[in-house]
Amino acid sequence: KQRLAIPQQEMPAQDPGQRRTNMSEVALGYFEEQALVEAERCLQCKNAPCVAGCPVAIDIPGFIQKITERDYAAAHQIINRTSLLPAVCGRVCPQENQCQAPCTVGKSLKDTFQSVSIGRLERFVADWHAHHRHKNSVDAATKRTEPPAATGKKVGIIGSGPASITAAADLRRAGHEVTMFEAFHKPGGVMMYGIPEFRLPKEIVETEIDDLRRMGVEIRTNFLVGRTRKLTDLLELDGFDALFIGSGAGLPRFMHIEGENLVGVFAANEFLTRSNLMKAYDTSRADTPIRQARKVAVLGGGNVAMDAARTAVRLGAEEVHVIYRRTRTEMPARAEEVDHAEEEGVRFHFLHNPTRIIGDDTSHVCGIELLRHELGEPDDSGRRRPIPVPGSEHLMEVDTVIVSIGNSSNPLLVSSTPGLKTNRWGNIEVDEQCRTSLPKVYAGGDIVLGAATVILAMGQGREAAAAIHADLQ
Amino acid sequence: MYHILHKEQLAEKVFLMKIQAPLIAQERRAGQFVIIQPDTDFGERIPLTIADADVTAGTITLIFQAVGKTTTDLSAMQTGDPVANVLGPLGNPTHIANFGHVVCVAGGIGAAPMFPIAQALKQAGNSLTLIIGARSRELVILEERMRSIADNLIICTDDGSYGRKALVTEPLEELCSGADKPDKVFAIGPPVMMKFCAATTKPYQVPTMVSLNTIMVDGTGMCGGCRVTVNGETRFTCVDGPEFDGHQVDFENMLARLGSYRPQEQDALHKCRISV
Ligand SMILES: Cc1cc2nc3c(=O)[nH]c(=O)nc-3n(C[C@H](O)[C@H](O)[C@H](O)COP(=O)(O)OP(=O)(O)OC[C@H]3O[C@@H](n4cnc5c(N)ncnc54)[C@H](O)[C@@H]3O)c2cc1C
Ligand SMILES: Cc1cc2nc3c(=O)[nH]c(=O)nc-3n(C[C@H](O)[C@H](O)[C@H](O)COP(=O)(O)OP(=O)(O)OC[C@H]3O[C@@H](n4cnc5c(N)ncnc54)[C@H](O)[C@@H]3O)c2cc1C
Ligand code: SF4
Ligand code: SF4
Ligand code: FES
Ligand SMILES: [Mg+2]
Repeated sequence: KQRLAIPQQEMPAQDPGQRRTNMSEVALGYFEEQALVEAERCLQCKNAPCVAGCPVAIDIPGFIQKITERDYAAAHQIINRTSLLPAVCGRVCPQENQCQAPCTVGKSLKDTFQSVSIGRLERFVADWHAHHRHKNSVDAATKRTEPPAATGKKVGIIGSGPASITAAADLRRAGHEVTMFEAFHKPGGVMMYGIPEFRLPKEIVETEIDDLRRMGVEIRTNFLVGRTRKLTDLLELDGFDALFIGSGAGLPRFMHIEGENLVGVFAANEFLTRSNLMKAYDTSRADTPIRQARKVAVLGGGNVAMDAARTAVRLGAEEVHVIYRRTRTEMPARAEEVDHAEEEGVRFHFLHNPTRIIGDDTSHVCGIELLRHELGEPDDSGRRRPIPVPGSEHLMEVDTVIVSIGNSSNPLLVSSTPGLKTNRWGNIEVDEQCRTSLPKVYAGGDIVLGAATVILAMGQGREAAAAIHADLQ
Repeated sequence: MYHILHKEQLAEKVFLMKIQAPLIAQERRAGQFVIIQPDTDFGERIPLTIADADVTAGTITLIFQAVGKTTTDLSAMQTGDPVANVLGPLGNPTHIANFGHVVCVAGGIGAAPMFPIAQALKQAGNSLTLIIGARSRELVILEERMRSIADNLIICTDDGSYGRKALVTEPLEELCSGADKPDKVFAIGPPVMMKFCAATTKPYQVPTMVSLNTIMVDGTGMCGGCRVTVNGETRFTCVDGPEFDGHQVDFENMLARLGSYRPQEQDALHKCRISV
């Protein structure tokens, strides 16, 4: 009861006015004192419902207990047993739908957002570890650098997102020779090209990649499997004993409305890649240009939409409008990002859907036509379905439209690999252990799940690595 | 790293480079391209066609024109210098078959991407007419190599300093209306040229392939920046192309999209001129 009275610790954050003008991280992380207080809020439940909410079942009460004992190294070890990327997941997991949803504290206070801040504590531990790793004698990363005796088996990992990083680390630790193939010039997947610096500093991703290199994983960038080399050639000619496909869901969806190819209409992927991977926001140094937008419409309501909108704000747009078909409660974006976007001046237009994009006589975007919706009867998912209001079309003047309605799986690898089975959305079909329809070939992450989350991708990388290791025995 | 093993200047602002990239040299086929980025941290990714490759030496040949910041930076690099990143081969190879009489129209720097295609078409047994167009004599590139494979070579310059004083569409029209009507046309060059070539062959119903040079970032089908409208549908040039049926391409839209970053590009080039 006493513990329930402890107030939830606020996450220190950059002032909204200031952060609108820079790319630095918004959420600054708990101070030690705050982490200690927040850890006290955990009731150490015997049944630990939070653990069931975490896709990789981190021993949450266990690591929180270690925080209260100020044994952060031990806390890190506990997390590391199941999660390889706590600095990332602590920052980007949709905690309110995962570990924090069933938390007893939140339930008792009748508010999920009052649950123990598990993600923030996880981030605190990961950041503490990053700062102290060199001095730390029981450094998990050091252990990672000493793989057991070589098995003589060669495993190839396609892609370098969270699924691939996890699979590569686990397989290397098991003693296999591991080579990672990445199409881009920098490894890290969406964590590098999609999620912006202000939410996930690239340095964190680079540290994880450096760890892989130190463990002896060979990373080959500028290598597009399917084009630079066929997947089957890797198996048949290059002697790989197994391959893991973690190629992600990198095919931008469009709305198929009039005007979508006008100048000034972008897929969020392009806009974000220019900014994040190509560093186009750094106009004095980067050679890659990016749109200097004044009035922006962002279409969609997920994390991708929030990232695009907040990047546009930082690049100097005067007005950024998010257009979403349903209401705020249905937005798939993390709650924190929506709040942050609002604080930064992003305007939301719920129950609106674009019907066409309008261009001027030089084919540049000058406006977008929106149709208002109302909530009707609940659909199969139990959500009230938005229904268009006839005659409610109206124009919004914009010079830039960013289509952020999500991604599907990129067909390139599948179409160049005969016999690799996919479902009707183009996602690779796998069994419980991530085995595909082709022998020696495994897959996991977004290419299997459809656009999902970092932690789910990580979990599958781990699953696949275990199966590969077992099958190679 | 991908080292430059050979560099030469072919014409004003036109350079040829051989770059070490053994895997790409092995896999590439006519019609494919690479994306190169001179510098990893702040460099831009730009597509360039693989003009030739030497599997034994493990090199690919690129021919490019210095038109803006990145190509100008590249042109300043020397033999022995490393290019940070080269990704490829990208795009679909050209569909090569024995069509009969094929006319290849190459405008300006388009001669570079055209050469490997023309070569493959010749090897497949086609009778080959090559039309090369350039602003003036100095800008005609690859003439000797083209001559060595063509059954018929026609050179046109805008100013009449070499060959015919004509636009490439003139001889193209004559061929289409003549006795030996082409069975297939390939046109590569500035978008405006490809647009008019397609418009020229359309009334004669000669199938015409064009190789589009849209703005690209990743080249893997992820960003959607290279999209074009073909037959009313959106296609990605990097994975669905780069070649499309010229009679179905919306060139107006493509030309407009090519100008998406013009103000920033001019700025960058200006700064780069100041610093050189
Ligand atoms: C803008 C944005 C914001 C997001 N925000 C969040 C968030 O806040 N929280 C969260 O949990 N999730 C978020 N996600 C989703 C999350 O990033 C993904 O679910 C996750 O990254 C998937 O991981 P993955 O390992 O499957 O592949 P990816 O991270 O997609 O990486 C795949 C990699 O494979 C490479 N590749 C593809 N094909 C080939 C090939 N043929 N050969 C070689 N390399 C290839 C790609 O270049 C890429 O680098 C976000 C996604 C986006 C786009
Ligand atoms: C498939 C393909 C093959 C190509 N092959 C060749 C070739 O063999 N030789 C050659 O000289 N050129 C080729 N190009 C064009 C070449 O990519 C551009 O000239 C180059 O990107 C210009 O970059 P810049 O920074 O020097 O000039 P900028 O001043 O930045 O751009 C000049 C113009 O080039 C176009 N452009 C700009 N950025 C890009 C980009 N990232 N991708 C594509 N186009 C862009 C725009 O229309 C722009 O206005 C090809 C293009 C494509 C798509
Ligand atoms: S990994 Fe994600 S879901 Fe699991 S405990 Fe951490 S923040 Fe919660
Ligand atoms: S459910 Fe909440 S209070 Fe209970 S152990 Fe998990 S984090 Fe602690
Ligand atoms: S260049 Fe990005 S999708 Fe084609
Ligand atoms: Mg440029």
